[in-house]
Amino acid sequence: MTSTAPSPELQPGAYDPTSPLVASGNLRRREAVSRAISGLATASSLVAVAALVIVTVAVVRHGAGALSLSFLVKDPPQFGGPGGGIASAIVGTSLIVAMAAIIATPVGVLCALYLVEFSAPGSRPARAMRLALDLMQGLPTVVVGLFIFGLVVKPAQAESGFAGSLALAIIMLPLIARSSQEVLLTVPRGLRDGTDALGVDRWRAIMTVILPTALGGILTGTILAVARAAGETAPLLLIDGAFTPGTTVQLFGHAVPNIPVLIFTAVESADPSAFARAWGAALVLLALILIANVGARVLLARSRARMGL
Amino acid sequence: MSSSGGDAIRPRVRIQDGSASRPVPAAQRNDNGGTRRAAVFDIRDMSVHYGENRALDWTTLRIDRNLVTAVIGPSGCGKSTFIRSLNRMNDSIPGFRIGGQVLYHGHDLYARQTNRVEVRRRIGMVFQKPNPFPKSIYDNVAWAPRNLGMKSGLDERVERALRHAAIWDEVKDRLRASALSLSGGQQQRLCIARSIAVEPDVLLLDEPASALDPVATAAIEDLMHNLKHRYTIVIVTHNMQQAARVADRTAFFSLDERDRTGTLVEYGDTDTIFTNPADPRTRDYVTGRFG
Amino acid sequence: MSVRASLNPRAAARGRVAMEGSLGDRILRGLCIAAGLLAGGTLLAVAYQVISGARLSISTFGLPFLVHSAWAPNLGHFGAAVMLYGTAVSSAIALLISTPVAIAIAIYLSMLAPRAVRIVVGPLVEMLAAIPSVILGLWGIIVLAPFMQRHVEPALHGVLGFIPIFGPAQTTGLGVFTAGVILTVMVVPIIASLSRDLFLSVPRELTDAAESVGATRWEVIRGVVLPTTVSGVSAAIMLGLGRALGEAIAVASVIGAGNVVHVSTFETGNSLAARIALDFAYIVSNLHTASLFYLALILLVFGLLTNLIARQIASRYDVHRTFA
Repeated sequence: MTSTAPSPELQPGAYDPTSPLVASGNLRRREAVSRAISGLATASSLVAVAALVIVTVAVVRHGAGALSLSFLVKDPPQFGGPGGGIASAIVGTSLIVAMAAIIATPVGVLCALYLVEFSAPGSRPARAMRLALDLMQGLPTVVVGLFIFGLVVKPAQAESGFAGSLALAIIMLPLIARSSQEVLLTVPRGLRDGTDALGVDRWRAIMTVILPTALGGILTGTILAVARAAGETAPLLLIDGAFTPGTTVQLFGHAVPNIPVLIFTAVESADPSAFARAWGAALVLLALILIANVGARVLLARSRARMGL
Repeated sequence: MSSSGGDAIRPRVRIQDGSASRPVPAAQRNDNGGTRRAAVFDIRDMSVHYGENRALDWTTLRIDRNLVTAVIGPSGCGKSTFIRSLNRMNDSIPGFRIGGQVLYHGHDLYARQTNRVEVRRRIGMVFQKPNPFPKSIYDNVAWAPRNLGMKSGLDERVERALRHAAIWDEVKDRLRASALSLSGGQQQRLCIARSIAVEPDVLLLDEPASALDPVATAAIEDLMHNLKHRYTIVIVTHNMQQAARVADRTAFFSLDERDRTGTLVEYGDTDTIFTNPADPRTRDYVTGRFG
Repeated sequence: MSVRASLNPRAAARGRVAMEGSLGDRILRGLCIAAGLLAGGTLLAVAYQVISGARLSISTFGLPFLVHSAWAPNLGHFGAAVMLYGTAVSSAIALLISTPVAIAIAIYLSMLAPRAVRIVVGPLVEMLAAIPSVILGLWGIIVLAPFMQRHVEPALHGVLGFIPIFGPAQTTGLGVFTAGVILTVMVVPIIASLSRDLFLSVPRELTDAAESVGATRWEVIRGVVLPTTVSGVSAAIMLGLGRALGEAIAVASVIGAGNVVHVSTFETGNSLAARIALDFAYIVSNLHTASLFYLALILLVFGLLTNLIARQIASRYDVHRTFA
């Protein structure tokens, strides 16, 4: 197709190569379509960010009024009414989630170690473990709550913070296992080969070289899992919902106040001060979760940069 | 449009990003071989930076119509950078900066108002590793013409492209089969067919046969002689014998030892370059003394 | 291979098998295997507990439980129909809205946004998924529901009112549609970030090839990026569906705890997970408990199915990804 082509506009795709390098033929229309789609894509992203901002701003607006130092250190008034705070719920959530992390993190890291260090990727045991972890991640949290109810609460005839920790541990385990697995996979092969060449036992290499290298990433994954667990309401509603306000550190045999259930039940209650406290609690919870998320990302980016990724 | 012939000594000029120029060694020669042909590319003092790294030195040459122009040189000398700059395929590489001028039929390829999609419509490219779409053989070739609105006569267009790429007989009975079921050499010819289906003006080939076996390579080389009647062809190759076999003109690029920048050393008729090069570096390379 | 790992080809598995080894090796390996068995055992235990907890209700009502719509604990009437309807419709609304939106976001983040924007907006979209459902539920009741009732539902009814699912707006904005919108907020980041990773993993050679024949950006997306990733995106959608089906708290907050199946989605309804969450504090009988377990059993089956289907689709995606 050279300059001897007749009237370039007649046939689709016909063009004069020596003409200026601007859109010829149907390119104008095609580029308009492309621009429209790009516009939609950009708009969608803006809507998503807007949703995050809208919800965050609403929580701040409604909850800021309740925030004060006493809000964080006092308990709700015994018979309802204004004033007081959510101290016991903060303590309770911290204890429950910490206990859940203590249970879930070693198990999750061990699972990840198995998948990366002690099994070939396509082998049966590895695939079975991967399947189990994936299915566990897909369990509806309310079902996890019912499970622990049947397993622990019903036989013991008592709700407890520990039961809540068990449920949260089940929720956290697949998340920690996956993030640990991803981190372990990024540990440079050279480290493993190097320790092997030195004749070092595999377990020693793992404990003294590989795990420490991966520690930052594992920690990040745990923080993200903790942030996720801290906001889980459904299981706690079922197995740790009947608590009396009042600070307690007794997790066993004893329902422990916690933030998510406090928020959820306040929504149902008729007490407007309980409602106000719920918004304050929501603000505290959301702030902690968003900070944990941002912090974890920053940590992750730093550790990846340090590993040269 | 462009100045005729070449310059024995390149004058000092400033390139667009403002850095200082330096004089070219006197041995560079730009020889258009006598016959007056229309220039397709008129490249003047082109240089390429990736961030801080200068990949290509000031390069000046003219690429003429309906010829096969080979670009040879040792690895890392900027051949790929050069050819990819001719259809703006380097744009998406971070830090890419081009200096000098690349004129295509007199129009500045990198002007602000230049439409990149239009550039690629007229200047097609075949890549080193065959990269057919995961679609059927037919759809691979028909995809771009459909975009361009060439709906009628599509079957004929596809057949014509496959014939000109010397692969029609091998695939005519299985046009609906996946392109991935073809061998490497066949896939590459399919990629050539895909590129010529829209009837570009120029065909750029970036080491098209380097991933192929000798038989497939020979098939690709045979194509060049036929294709050049319709298209202007620029082919990068690290295989000197290939350049000697298929090219009318050859450009020899090399690496400047001092600052690791690719630079055009010599450009002229293939015969001259291989039998009587002017620059000692060219002579060293084509006689196999290095690279 | 896990869904996420097979959707992320950059995670190349390079584990080494240590078969022999010192005592320390064997102990560590044993611990790891024990951890794995604990995980697997937990899953089995969950299934066992849910089934046995539901036994009374299963034996009382059998399969017709799924089509009974009466739910009156004090009278001993239990049926899942209202909940099944609410779960299905709210999840369907969520998926219908979130799929195109999430894919558009993924296109933006992977191919359109400049790098500086990408590293800010990407994490922001992911953080949308970090908002706890109880907070979304709270926001849903106070902010979203009134907004829906005052503006969105009347508008939709005005334009599309001839379709029965868009009935007149009710007194509060609590209903199946609002639940669907809340679920959309939760599902979009899941599909978007998985799809974005998929789009980024399309080999450069393919997009180069498409660009080199003079295709516009949208044509490159339509012709190369989307077809190559269709299985992976489908798996991501399945995962989003699983999330929507299992969500209890946010849905419980805004779905209105209705007891009757209404055609209009602006009316109240209920969902499987929400019903469990709402009723659990007010259990009146063993049959009541067992029926809630029965609902959980249905929910469990849904959750496992969507996960298994997602894995299946994703593994076939790997097979198709062969090229020269």
